[in-house]
Amino acid sequence: METRSSEFKENATRALHDAELQRALENVPRGFIQRRLAARDRLPEFEALRDEARAIKDHTLAHLDLYLERYEAKVRASGGHVHFAADGAEAKRIVIEIARRLGARSVTKGKSMVGEEIELNEALSAAGIQPVETDLGEYIIQLRGEHPSHIIAPAVHLTRDQVEADFRAAHAHLPRERNLDEAAKLVHEARLVLREKFIGADLGITGANFLVAETGTSIIVTNEGNGDLTQILPKAHLVLTTIDKLVPTLEDVATLLRLLARSATGQDMSCYTTFSTGPRRPDDPDGPEEYHVILLDNGRSAILGTPFQPMLRCIRCGACLNHCPVYQAVGGHAYGWVYQGPMGAVLTPSLIGLDKAGQLPNASTFCGRCEEVCPMKIPLPGMMRHWREREFERHLQPAAARYGLKLWAFLAERPALYRLATRLGNRALRLWSRGRPRMSMVPLAGGWTRFRDFPTPEGATFMDQWQGRRSNG
Amino acid sequence: MLGRKPRVGLFVTCLVDLLRPSIGFAAVRLLEKAGCVVEVPQSQTCCGQPAFNSGDRRDTAALARQTIAAFEEVDYLVAPSGSCAGMIRKHYPTLFPEGSDDRFRAEALAQRSYELVSFLVDVMGVGDLDADYPRVVTYHDSCSGLRELEIRSQPRQLLAKVKGLKVTEMKDAEVCCGFGGTFCVKYPEISNDMVRKKIANVTASGAEVLLAGDLGCLMNMAGKLSREGSRIEVRHVAEVLAGETGGPPIGGGDPG
Amino acid sequence: MADRDHRSVLFSRIRQGLGVSGDEPARRRAVDERVSRHSRNLVPRRGQLERSARIALFRTMAEGVHATVAEAEGPAEIPALIAAYLRQQNLPSRVRHGDDPLLSELPWREGAPAVERRSGRAEPADEVSVSRAAAGVAESGTLILLSGPDNPTTLNFLPETHIAVIKGDDIVASYEDVFDRIRSAYGTGRMPRTLNMITGPSRTADIEQRLELGAHGPKRLHIIIVNSSPEPQPTGGHP
Repeated sequence: METRSSEFKENATRALHDAELQRALENVPRGFIQRRLAARDRLPEFEALRDEARAIKDHTLAHLDLYLERYEAKVRASGGHVHFAADGAEAKRIVIEIARRLGARSVTKGKSMVGEEIELNEALSAAGIQPVETDLGEYIIQLRGEHPSHIIAPAVHLTRDQVEADFRAAHAHLPRERNLDEAAKLVHEARLVLREKFIGADLGITGANFLVAETGTSIIVTNEGNGDLTQILPKAHLVLTTIDKLVPTLEDVATLLRLLARSATGQDMSCYTTFSTGPRRPDDPDGPEEYHVILLDNGRSAILGTPFQPMLRCIRCGACLNHCPVYQAVGGHAYGWVYQGPMGAVLTPSLIGLDKAGQLPNASTFCGRCEEVCPMKIPLPGMMRHWREREFERHLQPAAARYGLKLWAFLAERPALYRLATRLGNRALRLWSRGRPRMSMVPLAGGWTRFRDFPTPEGATFMDQWQGRRSNG
Repeated sequence: MLGRKPRVGLFVTCLVDLLRPSIGFAAVRLLEKAGCVVEVPQSQTCCGQPAFNSGDRRDTAALARQTIAAFEEVDYLVAPSGSCAGMIRKHYPTLFPEGSDDRFRAEALAQRSYELVSFLVDVMGVGDLDADYPRVVTYHDSCSGLRELEIRSQPRQLLAKVKGLKVTEMKDAEVCCGFGGTFCVKYPEISNDMVRKKIANVTASGAEVLLAGDLGCLMNMAGKLSREGSRIEVRHVAEVLAGETGGPPIGGGDPG
Repeated sequence: MADRDHRSVLFSRIRQGLGVSGDEPARRRAVDERVSRHSRNLVPRRGQLERSARIALFRTMAEGVHATVAEAEGPAEIPALIAAYLRQQNLPSRVRHGDDPLLSELPWREGAPAVERRSGRAEPADEVSVSRAAAGVAESGTLILLSGPDNPTTLNFLPETHIAVIKGDDIVASYEDVFDRIRSAYGTGRMPRTLNMITGPSRTADIEQRLELGAHGPKRLHIIIVNSSPEPQPTGGHP
């Protein structure tokens, strides 16, 4: 997916003025936040589980090579195939090779952010293979030619009206007078349309929420059941996933599962949590005949051993997005790539480069809500600050900001000079105010006064007044 | 215990120093009434947050060393700001390598540093306040104070002791107001969207007065309120607790 | 071979990032131990109740996620319960089920003479399926279904209505209890092809965050708990 992260500011401006988007975004705090809170309050062990989850992932990452070996062996022992891909190009090559060998013309897909990362659908289409997104949100945005705006709710930026319009345009074979005025009717229509695709697919591709080393199992978590129909109906099931999804044992995955749905949608468990191990067994009446796992790196290994390693704990719940006031203001597309919100701000520079994605970790007040709700206790604001440090070292920030800051630091490190400067600044502001208690325009502070007033200083600085009081006894 | 009155170094903060010294004087009054001797170390300037949040670790460390040195002799450092106190308590030690002398001194200062209201309640155990303010107020929880220092109940506890004062909670009191230091000028439109939502909540709460513990947040919200023509007054919580509400609110209320 | 190259590049990058060779005995030991011990982490107390309270909790949780629940004292009642449910829901009297002995040995002719039965994997035209859940988890009202000739996985997803029969004895406290049973049945480190954890009927909130049932999987999930009391009740009264 082409990246537009370097246009974040422009994207954000557009988003803020998009009335329909703003209306849709109101659903984010209303729904997700309350539900997560209720689910958390219903489980007394929630906080303790967060600590355990962090420990499980940290241990796994520290031994990732060994757990990968273990996992690989187990998949093969169960009759599955394991493929390694260092980058997206190799992953796509493998998918297309498998699809061609199967003579696949139509492929159903469960929701996969990794697929978005490597632009899999474009590659399939170019190879004459039709990819069909089956997650309802993904299906809708596929119709619109858009990318997901939220890692678990891809179409959260759309209103019901927009979806109705898209369905009418795309499902032209259905009667025009049909009533689609409720979400339920749209869901029903999608069910009918996609049911045919499920049945006709030659290959089913899913991602994986987790990979269990102990048993060679891949796990997907859905509410719709689309990931299941994707994997059990076609001849082959292909899991496209990344190396950071490894978890040691079934017990370890239970802990993470307890946190995932609660943090994402406020459910105790998603509707369908499916553990897949290898192809169908000799006496299984259904299931895929072939099972392939593509283990993709695509930049994760480069994060190991760096201050950004905690980001690999992420289980893609989306809680940080839901609680971020910046995400709530501008939505996901502003971030310009696959991952949004705080986790997008930390992960994207690692995967596409700081020069392209530098704006993202800057668009934060460090309010800390993301870290507060992250089930894996990822120190998101701290890592955004690390990125700012890297930018500073590489002189990537705008010159004006850099010089302004340098001047400030220069003065602040020299108290006597600082007193003088603040005394002068204080007087200048008071003069500029011409006796008014606040100013609607202040030179050099246009970013502020464009939207709000600036208060006039009360009087002389505190330090001058304090000195004055002290010398008067 | 010390066996004598605690010596508190007031960390005034750059915003209070430049724009609203009455907050500093209110803080002094509160601390003295609580039984402290207050000093204002002269070599303090800025806690270093602007540099820190811009990725300039070197200047941040220089400012940290300066602050540490300035406050070496006092028993406590107290700041009328959750973000400055948070910077000193939580982040100063991380600026220096483990085991280094700087780190040791930073940790020593961090342990003795507090936000004002938290200091009054958690350390000095302040009981009664000699203040009355018969107004309906709402309180905004500034992010650093809330999430880095867990300040939430203390201001409300003290406000409950102000005669005639009624606290009405706004919706989403703990959601960021959009100030974020340099954020509000780097991303003014997003910041504006956040402050707009915040003051809608302030207004909907029915309060006549908005209080908080950080002047950055207060300036941001006051500036937006007045730009929108609101009559809601904005003050630092210290002013109300110290009974020093004679002067104009932030942004002055009506001009002339 | 290209694939081997990618594999070795990947492993060497990981080991480089971690600063290890991969041969360190302590690391290997740590991994071996964790996997072979597969110790339980913190298990919430919620489901850890005695039998009847556990079953009651399972029921409450399942109903909370829009499944419907009926209770049968013994397997003999199941066909009649199914027939009644189909009538109530205005569904055709046709079901598909697997070869699970619990289901195929039921007194269908006596209890549900009008119900047509087919066995095997689900076909797209099937409207109602009946499967036997291997276990249920009281903690969240979750059904555990395992692939195999007895209970083809397609039964759980293709038809619009899914009826799941579960024995009271198979309702356990937590997912960890299920894993213990899996290891006993399949051997340590082994799994059936598919293990489905199903918690309520299919749903989506992808349109304006409004919850709608019946996205792609079944719209209706009906659970029949068998022998929900440890001893048969004289007059069949249930709370």
